[in-house]
Amino acid sequence: MIEVKNLHKSFGDAHILKGISNTFEQGKTNLIIGQSGSGKSVFLKCLLGLYDYEEGSIEYNGEVFANLSEDKKRDMRAKIGMVFQGSALFDSLTIEENVMFPLRMFTKLKKDEMRERASIVLKRVNLEDAHKKMPSEASGGMQKRVAIARAIVNNPKYLFCDEPNSGLDPKTAIVIDNLIHEITEEYNITTVINTHDMNSVMEIGDSIMFLKDGLKAWEGSKKTIFKTDNKIVTDFVYSSNLFKKVREAVLKEQG
Amino acid sequence: MQYLNNIGTYFLMIIELFRKPTKWSVMRHLILKDIDDLIIGSLGIVSFIAFFVGGVVTIQTALNIDNPLIPKTLVGFATRQSILLEFAPTFMSIIMAGKVGSFITSSIGTMRVTEQIDALEVMGINSLNYLVFPKLVAMAFYPFVISIAMFLGIIGGLTACVYGGYSSVDDFITGIQQDFQPFHIVYAFIKTFLFAFVLATIPSYHGYYMKGGALEVGEASTTSFVWTSVTIILLNYLATQLLLS
Repeated sequence: MIEVKNLHKSFGDAHILKGISNTFEQGKTNLIIGQSGSGKSVFLKCLLGLYDYEEGSIEYNGEVFANLSEDKKRDMRAKIGMVFQGSALFDSLTIEENVMFPLRMFTKLKKDEMRERASIVLKRVNLEDAHKKMPSEASGGMQKRVAIARAIVNNPKYLFCDEPNSGLDPKTAIVIDNLIHEITEEYNITTVINTHDMNSVMEIGDSIMFLKDGLKAWEGSKKTIFKTDNKIVTDFVYSSNLFKKVREAVLKEQG
Repeated sequence: MQYLNNIGTYFLMIIELFRKPTKWSVMRHLILKDIDDLIIGSLGIVSFIAFFVGGVVTIQTALNIDNPLIPKTLVGFATRQSILLEFAPTFMSIIMAGKVGSFITSSIGTMRVTEQIDALEVMGINSLNYLVFPKLVAMAFYPFVISIAMFLGIIGGLTACVYGGYSSVDDFITGIQQDFQPFHIVYAFIKTFLFAFVLATIPSYHGYYMKGGALEVGEASTTSFVWTSVTIILLNYLATQLLLS
Protein backbone atom coordinates (compact mmCIF):
# COMPACT_ATOMS: atom_id res chain seq x y z
CA MET A 1 0.00 0.00 0.00
CA ILE A 2 1.16 3.52 -0.77
CA GLU A 3 -0.19 6.43 1.24
CA VAL A 4 0.31 9.99 0.03
CA LYS A 5 -0.41 12.84 2.41
CA ASN A 6 -0.75 16.51 1.46
CA LEU A 7 1.85 16.42 -1.35
CA HIS A 8 3.11 19.79 -2.63
CA LYS A 9 5.54 20.25 -5.49
CA SER A 10 6.65 23.43 -7.29
CA PHE A 11 9.01 24.27 -10.12
CA GLY A 12 10.11 27.86 -9.46
CA ASP A 13 6.93 29.92 -9.20
CA ALA A 14 4.77 27.21 -10.76
CA HIS A 15 2.91 25.32 -8.01
CA ILE A 16 2.20 21.97 -9.72
CA LEU A 17 0.91 19.73 -6.93
CA LYS A 18 -1.22 21.61 -4.40
CA GLY A 19 -1.71 19.20 -1.54
CA ILE A 20 -2.69 15.79 -2.88
CA SER A 21 -3.63 12.99 -0.50
CA ASN A 22 -4.55 9.49 -1.63
CA THR A 23 -4.19 5.82 -0.76
CA PHE A 24 -3.15 3.26 -3.41
CA GLU A 25 -4.17 -0.17 -2.23
CA GLN A 26 -2.34 -3.47 -2.60
CA GLY A 27 -3.65 -5.97 -5.13
CA LYS A 28 -5.58 -3.27 -6.97
CA THR A 29 -5.02 -1.42 -10.22
CA ASN A 30 -4.98 2.24 -9.19
CA LEU A 31 -5.43 4.74 -12.03
CA ILE A 32 -4.49 8.40 -12.12
CA ILE A 33 -6.37 10.31 -14.80
CA GLY A 34 -6.64 13.96 -15.76
CA GLN A 35 -5.99 16.42 -18.53
CA SER A 36 -2.50 17.12 -19.85
CA GLY A 37 -0.77 19.53 -17.47
CA SER A 38 -2.85 18.46 -14.47
CA GLY A 39 0.25 17.19 -12.65
CA LYS A 40 -0.09 13.41 -13.23
CA SER A 41 3.48 12.82 -14.44
CA VAL A 42 4.98 15.04 -11.72
CA PHE A 43 2.91 13.16 -9.13
CA LEU A 44 4.15 9.81 -10.46
CA LYS A 45 7.78 11.00 -10.47
CA CYS A 46 7.37 12.16 -6.85
CA LEU A 47 6.05 8.69 -5.95
CA LEU A 48 9.09 7.14 -7.64
CA GLY A 49 11.49 9.44 -5.81
CA LEU A 50 12.71 11.02 -9.06
CA TYR A 51 11.50 14.44 -7.83
CA ASP A 52 11.87 15.90 -4.35
CA TYR A 53 8.78 17.60 -2.95
CA GLU A 54 8.41 20.59 -0.61
CA GLU A 55 5.66 19.42 1.69
CA GLY A 56 3.77 16.26 2.57
CA SER A 57 4.82 12.62 2.74
CA ILE A 58 4.80 9.39 0.75
CA GLU A 59 4.63 6.17 2.75
CA TYR A 60 5.36 2.73 1.32
CA ASN A 61 3.73 0.25 3.70
CA GLY A 62 4.06 2.73 6.56
CA GLU A 63 7.66 3.77 5.82
CA VAL A 64 8.24 7.37 4.74
CA PHE A 65 10.41 7.04 1.62
CA ALA A 66 12.16 10.41 2.05
CA ASN A 67 13.29 9.51 5.61
CA LEU A 68 14.94 6.23 4.62
CA SER A 69 18.73 5.86 4.59
CA GLU A 70 20.42 5.56 1.18
CA ASP A 71 20.81 1.79 1.64
CA LYS A 72 17.15 1.33 2.57
CA LYS A 73 16.09 3.54 -0.35
CA ARG A 74 18.10 1.26 -2.61
CA ASP A 75 16.41 -1.81 -1.10
CA MET A 76 13.03 -0.15 -1.54
CA ARG A 77 13.74 0.69 -5.18
CA ALA A 78 14.55 -2.95 -5.83
CA LYS A 79 10.92 -3.63 -4.91
CA ILE A 80 9.63 -1.14 -7.50
CA GLY A 81 8.90 -1.97 -11.13
CA MET A 82 8.30 0.78 -13.64
CA VAL A 83 6.87 0.72 -17.17
CA PHE A 84 7.78 3.94 -18.94
CA GLN A 85 5.68 5.65 -21.61
CA GLY A 86 8.29 4.88 -24.28
CA SER A 87 9.21 1.51 -22.68
CA ALA A 88 12.77 2.77 -21.92
CA LEU A 89 14.41 -0.52 -22.87
CA PHE A 90 18.20 -0.45 -22.98
CA ASP A 91 19.11 -0.25 -26.69
CA SER A 92 22.44 -2.04 -26.34
CA LEU A 93 20.96 -5.12 -24.64
CA THR A 94 18.87 -7.93 -26.11
CA ILE A 95 15.30 -8.43 -24.91
CA GLU A 96 16.44 -11.24 -22.62
CA GLU A 97 19.27 -9.11 -21.21
CA ASN A 98 16.83 -6.25 -20.64
CA VAL A 99 14.57 -8.53 -18.63
CA MET A 100 17.53 -9.98 -16.71
CA PHE A 101 18.88 -6.51 -15.91
CA PRO A 102 17.19 -6.04 -12.47
CA LEU A 103 18.28 -9.56 -11.51
CA ARG A 104 21.89 -8.80 -12.46
CA MET A 105 21.80 -5.60 -10.42
CA PHE A 106 19.97 -6.75 -7.30
CA THR A 107 20.36 -10.51 -6.91
CA LYS A 108 23.17 -13.02 -6.62
CA LEU A 109 21.50 -15.51 -8.95
CA LYS A 110 23.66 -17.48 -11.38
CA LYS A 111 23.32 -16.71 -15.06
CA ASP A 112 21.33 -19.89 -15.75
CA GLU A 113 18.91 -19.06 -12.95
CA MET A 114 18.49 -15.53 -14.29
CA ARG A 115 17.81 -16.91 -17.78
CA GLU A 116 15.22 -19.29 -16.38
CA ARG A 117 13.49 -16.50 -14.47
CA ALA A 118 13.57 -14.25 -17.57
CA SER A 119 12.05 -17.06 -19.64
CA ILE A 120 9.20 -17.47 -17.15
CA VAL A 121 8.24 -13.78 -17.23
CA LEU A 122 8.71 -13.51 -21.00
CA LYS A 123 6.35 -16.46 -21.34
CA ARG A 124 3.95 -14.72 -18.95
CA VAL A 125 3.80 -11.71 -21.32
CA ASN A 126 3.53 -14.00 -24.38
CA LEU A 127 7.02 -13.38 -25.73
CA GLU A 128 8.54 -16.84 -25.67
CA ASP A 129 10.47 -16.44 -28.93
CA ALA A 130 11.88 -12.95 -28.58
CA HIS A 131 14.83 -13.60 -26.24
CA LYS A 132 17.64 -12.79 -28.65
CA LYS A 133 16.00 -9.90 -30.47
CA MET A 134 17.20 -6.33 -29.95
CA PRO A 135 14.59 -3.77 -28.74
CA SER A 136 14.83 -1.99 -32.12
CA GLU A 137 13.59 -5.19 -33.80
CA ALA A 138 10.46 -5.35 -31.64
CA SER A 139 7.12 -3.62 -32.31
CA GLY A 140 5.68 -1.01 -29.92
CA GLY A 141 3.39 -3.58 -28.30
CA MET A 142 6.24 -6.07 -27.90
CA GLN A 143 8.44 -3.40 -26.36
CA LYS A 144 5.70 -2.58 -23.83
CA ARG A 145 5.39 -6.27 -22.94
CA VAL A 146 9.17 -6.53 -22.50
CA ALA A 147 9.02 -3.45 -20.26
CA ILE A 148 6.32 -5.15 -18.18
CA ALA A 149 8.41 -8.34 -18.02
CA ARG A 150 11.43 -6.31 -16.86
CA ALA A 151 9.29 -4.55 -14.27
CA ILE A 152 7.96 -7.78 -12.72
CA VAL A 153 11.00 -10.06 -13.05
CA ASN A 154 12.32 -9.26 -9.57
CA ASN A 155 8.92 -9.81 -7.88
CA PRO A 156 8.19 -6.15 -7.15
CA LYS A 157 5.75 -5.03 -4.47
CA TYR A 158 4.91 -1.89 -6.42
CA LEU A 159 4.35 -1.45 -10.16
CA PHE A 160 4.16 1.98 -11.78
CA CYS A 161 3.08 2.52 -15.38
CA ASP A 162 3.26 5.85 -17.20
CA GLU A 163 0.75 5.85 -20.06
CA PRO A 164 1.28 2.14 -20.87
CA ASN A 165 -1.11 2.32 -23.86
CA SER A 166 0.20 5.39 -25.61
CA GLY A 167 1.03 4.76 -29.25
CA LEU A 168 -0.60 1.32 -29.32
CA ASP A 169 -3.51 0.13 -31.45
CA PRO A 170 -6.78 -0.52 -29.53
CA LYS A 171 -6.40 -4.30 -29.61
CA THR A 172 -2.83 -4.28 -28.26
CA ALA A 173 -3.83 -1.64 -25.70
CA ILE A 174 -6.48 -4.01 -24.31
CA VAL A 175 -3.92 -6.85 -24.19
CA ILE A 176 -1.53 -4.63 -22.21
CA ASP A 177 -4.31 -3.44 -19.87
CA ASN A 178 -5.45 -6.97 -19.14
CA LEU A 179 -1.88 -8.15 -18.63
CA ILE A 180 -1.18 -5.45 -16.06
CA HIS A 181 -4.47 -6.13 -14.30
CA GLU A 182 -3.86 -9.90 -14.18
CA ILE A 183 -0.29 -9.46 -12.94
CA THR A 184 -1.49 -7.08 -10.22
CA GLU A 185 -3.94 -9.66 -8.88
CA GLU A 186 -1.63 -12.65 -9.45
CA TYR A 187 1.38 -11.16 -7.62
CA ASN A 188 -0.75 -9.09 -5.18
CA ILE A 189 1.18 -5.90 -5.96
CA THR A 190 0.27 -2.24 -5.66
CA THR A 191 -0.11 -0.93 -9.20
CA VAL A 192 -0.34 2.75 -10.06
CA ILE A 193 -1.08 3.69 -13.67
CA ASN A 194 -0.97 7.15 -15.17
CA THR A 195 -3.30 7.15 -18.18
CA HIS A 196 -5.36 9.12 -20.66
CA ASP A 197 -7.00 6.01 -22.04
CA MET A 198 -10.71 5.87 -21.19
CA ASN A 199 -10.86 2.22 -22.19
CA SER A 200 -8.41 1.48 -19.38
CA VAL A 201 -10.57 3.49 -16.99
CA MET A 202 -13.67 1.42 -17.85
CA GLU A 203 -11.85 -1.93 -17.97
CA ILE A 204 -9.27 -2.07 -15.19
CA GLY A 205 -9.86 0.94 -12.90
CA ASP A 206 -10.23 -0.74 -9.50
CA SER A 207 -9.50 2.65 -8.00
CA ILE A 208 -9.40 5.95 -9.90
CA MET A 209 -8.05 9.34 -8.87
CA PHE A 210 -8.88 12.34 -11.07
CA LEU A 211 -6.42 15.24 -10.97
CA LYS A 212 -7.21 18.78 -12.05
CA ASP A 213 -4.80 21.70 -11.76
CA GLY A 214 -2.66 19.89 -9.20
CA LEU A 215 -5.56 18.92 -6.95
CA LYS A 216 -7.52 15.72 -6.48
CA ALA A 217 -10.88 16.56 -8.02
CA TRP A 218 -12.53 13.16 -7.62
CA GLU A 219 -11.88 9.58 -6.58
CA GLY A 220 -13.83 6.42 -7.25
CA SER A 221 -13.70 3.26 -9.36
CA LYS A 222 -14.79 1.94 -12.76
CA LYS A 223 -18.15 1.17 -11.18
CA THR A 224 -18.80 4.59 -9.65
CA ILE A 225 -17.44 6.64 -12.54
CA PHE A 226 -20.64 5.98 -14.53
CA LYS A 227 -22.81 7.36 -11.74
CA THR A 228 -20.84 10.41 -10.79
CA ASP A 229 -22.38 13.79 -11.45
CA ASN A 230 -19.10 15.63 -10.81
CA LYS A 231 -19.08 17.97 -13.80
CA ILE A 232 -15.27 18.18 -14.00
CA VAL A 233 -15.07 14.39 -14.32
CA THR A 234 -17.99 13.94 -16.70
CA ASP A 235 -16.71 16.73 -18.99
CA PHE A 236 -13.39 14.91 -19.24
CA VAL A 237 -14.37 11.24 -19.26
CA TYR A 238 -17.49 11.59 -21.39
CA SER A 239 -16.12 14.15 -23.83
CA SER A 240 -16.61 11.71 -26.73
CA ASN A 241 -20.08 10.78 -27.99
CA LEU A 242 -19.18 7.10 -27.82
CA PHE A 243 -18.49 7.19 -24.08
CA LYS A 244 -21.60 9.35 -23.52
CA LYS A 245 -23.66 6.62 -25.15
CA VAL A 246 -21.86 3.89 -23.18
CA ARG A 247 -22.65 5.76 -19.98
CA GLU A 248 -26.30 6.23 -20.89
CA ALA A 249 -26.58 2.52 -21.71
CA VAL A 250 -24.93 1.45 -18.45
CA LEU A 251 -27.08 3.78 -16.35
CA LYS A 252 -30.21 2.59 -18.16
CA GLU A 253 -29.23 -1.01 -17.52
CA GLN A 254 -28.63 -0.28 -13.82
CA GLY A 255 -31.98 1.51 -13.64
CA MET B 1 26.08 33.12 -14.54
CA GLN B 2 24.95 30.12 -16.58
CA TYR B 3 28.61 29.26 -17.31
CA LEU B 4 29.40 29.16 -13.57
CA ASN B 5 26.33 26.99 -13.00
CA ASN B 6 27.48 24.58 -15.73
CA ILE B 7 31.02 24.41 -14.34
CA GLY B 8 29.66 23.75 -10.83
CA THR B 9 27.33 21.02 -12.11
CA TYR B 10 30.24 19.46 -14.04
CA PHE B 11 32.39 19.16 -10.90
CA LEU B 12 29.44 17.83 -8.87
CA MET B 13 28.97 15.23 -11.61
CA ILE B 14 32.62 14.19 -11.24
CA ILE B 15 32.12 13.64 -7.49
CA GLU B 16 28.79 11.83 -8.01
CA LEU B 17 30.18 9.35 -10.52
CA PHE B 18 32.38 7.79 -7.82
CA ARG B 19 29.47 7.29 -5.37
CA LYS B 20 27.27 4.18 -5.04
CA PRO B 21 29.39 2.01 -7.34
CA THR B 22 27.74 -0.51 -9.65
CA LYS B 23 28.32 -4.24 -8.98
CA TRP B 24 31.75 -5.26 -10.28
CA SER B 25 30.35 -8.17 -12.31
CA VAL B 26 28.24 -5.66 -14.28
CA MET B 27 30.84 -2.89 -14.34
CA ARG B 28 33.49 -5.22 -15.80
CA HIS B 29 31.37 -5.80 -18.90
CA LEU B 30 30.62 -2.09 -19.26
CA ILE B 31 34.32 -1.23 -19.08
CA LEU B 32 35.26 -3.85 -21.67
CA LYS B 33 32.48 -2.63 -23.98
CA ASP B 34 33.66 0.98 -23.65
CA ILE B 35 37.29 -0.02 -24.27
CA ASP B 36 36.08 -1.66 -27.46
CA ASP B 37 33.93 1.31 -28.52
CA LEU B 38 36.22 4.17 -27.51
CA ILE B 39 39.76 2.79 -27.79
CA ILE B 40 39.82 -0.17 -30.18
CA GLY B 41 37.18 1.45 -32.38
CA SER B 42 39.33 4.56 -32.77
CA LEU B 43 42.55 2.83 -33.81
CA GLY B 44 41.71 2.71 -37.51
CA ILE B 45 41.03 6.41 -38.02
CA VAL B 46 43.88 7.41 -35.67
CA SER B 47 46.36 5.23 -37.58
CA PHE B 48 45.22 6.58 -40.94
CA ILE B 49 45.38 10.24 -39.89
CA ALA B 50 48.68 9.85 -38.00
CA PHE B 51 50.45 8.14 -40.90
CA PHE B 52 49.46 10.70 -43.53
CA VAL B 53 49.78 13.82 -41.37
CA GLY B 54 53.24 12.56 -40.32
CA GLY B 55 54.08 12.37 -44.02
CA VAL B 56 52.76 15.89 -44.67
CA VAL B 57 54.71 17.36 -41.73
CA THR B 58 57.89 15.83 -43.17
CA ILE B 59 57.24 17.08 -46.71
CA GLN B 60 56.41 20.61 -45.49
CA THR B 61 59.56 20.70 -43.36
CA ALA B 62 61.76 19.36 -46.16
CA LEU B 63 60.34 21.80 -48.72
CA ASN B 64 60.98 24.77 -46.43
CA ILE B 65 64.64 23.90 -45.91
CA ASP B 66 66.43 25.37 -48.92
CA ASN B 67 69.62 26.50 -47.18
CA PRO B 68 72.45 24.01 -47.94
CA LEU B 69 74.04 24.82 -44.56
CA ILE B 70 71.09 23.26 -42.71
CA PRO B 71 71.71 19.53 -42.23
CA LYS B 72 69.26 17.05 -43.79
CA THR B 73 68.86 15.45 -40.36
CA LEU B 74 66.70 18.43 -39.41
CA VAL B 75 63.76 16.92 -41.33
CA GLY B 76 63.65 13.89 -39.01
CA PHE B 77 64.30 16.06 -35.95
CA ALA B 78 61.44 18.49 -36.78
CA THR B 79 59.06 15.64 -37.62
CA ARG B 80 59.77 13.93 -34.29
CA GLN B 81 59.33 17.12 -32.27
CA SER B 82 56.10 18.11 -34.05
CA ILE B 83 54.56 14.70 -33.70
CA LEU B 84 55.62 13.88 -30.15
CA LEU B 85 54.95 17.27 -28.62
CA GLU B 86 51.83 18.50 -30.38
CA PHE B 87 50.41 16.50 -33.23
CA ALA B 88 49.89 13.15 -31.46
CA PRO B 89 48.66 14.33 -28.06
CA THR B 90 46.85 17.57 -28.91
CA PHE B 91 45.77 17.49 -32.56
CA MET B 92 44.73 13.86 -32.27
CA SER B 93 42.72 14.63 -29.11
CA ILE B 94 40.76 17.29 -30.98
CA ILE B 95 39.99 14.73 -33.67
CA MET B 96 38.94 12.33 -30.92
CA ALA B 97 36.68 15.03 -29.45
CA GLY B 98 34.78 14.76 -32.72
CA LYS B 99 34.78 10.99 -32.92
CA VAL B 100 34.66 9.72 -29.33
CA GLY B 101 33.11 12.87 -27.80
CA SER B 102 30.17 12.95 -30.21
CA PHE B 103 29.61 9.24 -29.69
CA ILE B 104 29.53 9.64 -25.90
CA THR B 105 27.23 12.68 -25.96
CA SER B 106 24.79 11.23 -28.44
CA SER B 107 24.62 7.79 -26.80
CA ILE B 108 24.05 9.20 -23.29
CA GLY B 109 21.77 11.96 -24.67
CA THR B 110 19.61 9.40 -26.46
CA MET B 111 19.34 7.44 -23.22
CA ARG B 112 18.16 10.63 -21.51
CA VAL B 113 15.56 11.37 -24.22
CA THR B 114 14.20 7.81 -24.22
CA GLU B 115 13.94 7.70 -20.39
CA GLN B 116 16.57 4.96 -20.09
CA ILE B 117 18.42 7.08 -17.51
CA ASP B 118 15.18 7.52 -15.55
CA ALA B 119 14.75 3.73 -15.69
CA LEU B 120 18.20 3.30 -14.10
CA GLU B 121 17.41 5.89 -11.42
CA VAL B 122 14.06 4.27 -10.59
CA MET B 123 15.91 0.99 -10.02
CA GLY B 124 18.15 2.79 -7.52
CA ILE B 125 21.22 2.62 -9.75
CA ASN B 126 23.64 5.56 -9.71
CA SER B 127 23.23 6.30 -13.42
CA LEU B 128 26.34 8.52 -13.52
CA ASN B 129 28.47 5.74 -12.12
CA TYR B 130 26.84 3.20 -14.45
CA LEU B 131 27.24 5.33 -17.59
CA VAL B 132 30.26 7.60 -17.13
CA PHE B 133 32.64 5.70 -14.86
CA PRO B 134 33.29 2.88 -17.41
CA LYS B 135 34.08 5.52 -20.03
CA LEU B 136 36.55 7.17 -17.67
CA VAL B 137 38.27 3.84 -17.01
CA ALA B 138 38.28 2.99 -20.73
CA MET B 139 39.89 6.33 -21.53
CA ALA B 140 42.75 5.46 -19.16
CA PHE B 141 43.92 3.38 -22.16
CA TYR B 142 43.94 6.48 -24.36
CA PRO B 143 47.76 6.87 -24.07
CA PHE B 144 47.96 3.57 -25.97
CA VAL B 145 46.11 5.23 -28.88
CA ILE B 146 48.42 8.22 -28.74
CA SER B 147 51.51 5.94 -28.67
CA ILE B 148 50.27 4.35 -31.89
CA ALA B 149 49.71 7.83 -33.36
CA MET B 150 53.27 8.84 -32.42
CA PHE B 151 54.77 5.71 -33.91
CA LEU B 152 52.77 5.81 -37.14
CA GLY B 153 53.27 9.57 -37.53
CA ILE B 154 57.02 9.09 -37.53
CA ILE B 155 56.77 6.05 -39.83
CA GLY B 156 54.59 8.14 -42.17
CA GLY B 157 57.23 10.87 -42.09
CA LEU B 158 60.00 8.38 -42.84
CA THR B 159 58.04 6.88 -45.73
CA ALA B 160 57.23 10.28 -47.26
CA CYS B 161 60.82 11.44 -46.79
CA VAL B 162 62.39 8.42 -48.43
CA TYR B 163 59.88 7.94 -51.25
CA GLY B 164 59.71 11.68 -51.92
CA GLY B 165 63.49 11.84 -52.12
CA TYR B 166 63.85 14.57 -49.49
CA SER B 167 66.59 12.81 -47.48
CA SER B 168 68.02 9.38 -46.88
CA VAL B 169 66.78 6.85 -44.34
CA ASP B 170 70.02 7.30 -42.36
CA ASP B 171 69.62 11.08 -42.21
CA PHE B 172 66.00 10.78 -41.10
CA ILE B 173 66.81 8.22 -38.38
CA THR B 174 69.76 10.27 -37.19
CA GLY B 175 67.39 13.26 -37.06
CA ILE B 176 64.77 11.54 -34.96
CA GLN B 177 67.48 10.51 -32.46
CA GLN B 178 69.09 13.94 -32.30
CA ASP B 179 68.88 15.90 -29.01
CA PHE B 180 66.22 13.56 -27.71
CA GLN B 181 64.89 14.58 -24.28
CA PRO B 182 63.00 11.80 -22.47
CA PHE B 183 61.05 14.43 -20.51
CA HIS B 184 59.28 15.37 -23.74
CA ILE B 185 57.66 11.92 -23.70
CA VAL B 186 56.64 12.44 -20.05
CA TYR B 187 55.21 15.86 -20.98
CA ALA B 188 53.28 14.36 -23.92
CA PHE B 189 51.76 11.61 -21.77
CA ILE B 190 50.85 13.95 -18.90
CA LYS B 191 48.91 15.96 -21.49
CA THR B 192 47.41 12.78 -22.90
CA PHE B 193 46.05 11.71 -19.50
CA LEU B 194 44.56 15.18 -18.96
CA PHE B 195 42.93 15.11 -22.39
CA ALA B 196 41.63 11.58 -21.78
CA PHE B 197 39.85 12.82 -18.63
CA VAL B 198 38.38 15.73 -20.59
CA LEU B 199 37.34 13.46 -23.49
CA ALA B 200 35.47 11.13 -21.13
CA THR B 201 33.79 13.67 -18.87
CA ILE B 202 32.81 16.78 -20.88
CA PRO B 203 30.88 14.87 -23.58
CA SER B 204 29.25 12.77 -20.82
CA TYR B 205 28.20 15.97 -19.04
CA HIS B 206 26.59 17.36 -22.19
CA GLY B 207 24.76 14.10 -22.89
CA TYR B 208 23.64 13.46 -19.32
CA TYR B 209 22.24 16.91 -18.57
CA MET B 210 20.65 17.59 -21.97
CA LYS B 211 16.94 18.33 -22.20
CA GLY B 212 14.57 17.94 -25.14
CA GLY B 213 14.37 15.51 -28.03
CA ALA B 214 16.31 14.19 -31.01
CA LEU B 215 17.18 17.68 -32.30
CA GLU B 216 18.65 18.62 -28.93
CA VAL B 217 20.80 15.44 -28.94
CA GLY B 218 22.42 16.76 -32.14
CA GLU B 219 22.87 20.21 -30.62
CA ALA B 220 24.36 18.71 -27.46
CA SER B 221 26.89 16.75 -29.58
CA THR B 222 27.98 19.93 -31.34
CA THR B 223 28.22 21.90 -28.08
CA SER B 224 30.13 19.04 -26.53
CA PHE B 225 32.67 19.02 -29.39
CA VAL B 226 33.17 22.79 -29.09
CA TRP B 227 33.70 22.77 -25.30
CA THR B 228 35.88 19.65 -25.34
CA SER B 229 38.12 21.25 -28.00
CA VAL B 230 38.27 24.59 -26.15
CA THR B 231 39.17 22.83 -22.90
CA ILE B 232 41.86 20.74 -24.62
CA ILE B 233 43.43 23.84 -26.18
CA LEU B 234 43.41 25.72 -22.87
CA LEU B 235 44.81 22.76 -20.92
CA ASN B 236 47.46 22.32 -23.62
CA TYR B 237 48.58 25.92 -23.11
CA LEU B 238 48.62 25.58 -19.31
CA ALA B 239 50.44 22.23 -19.36
CA THR B 240 53.05 23.56 -21.80
CA GLN B 241 53.60 26.68 -19.71
CA LEU B 242 53.89 24.69 -16.49
CA LEU B 243 55.94 21.74 -17.73
CA LEU B 244 58.23 23.11 -20.43
CA SER B 245 58.88 26.77 -19.75
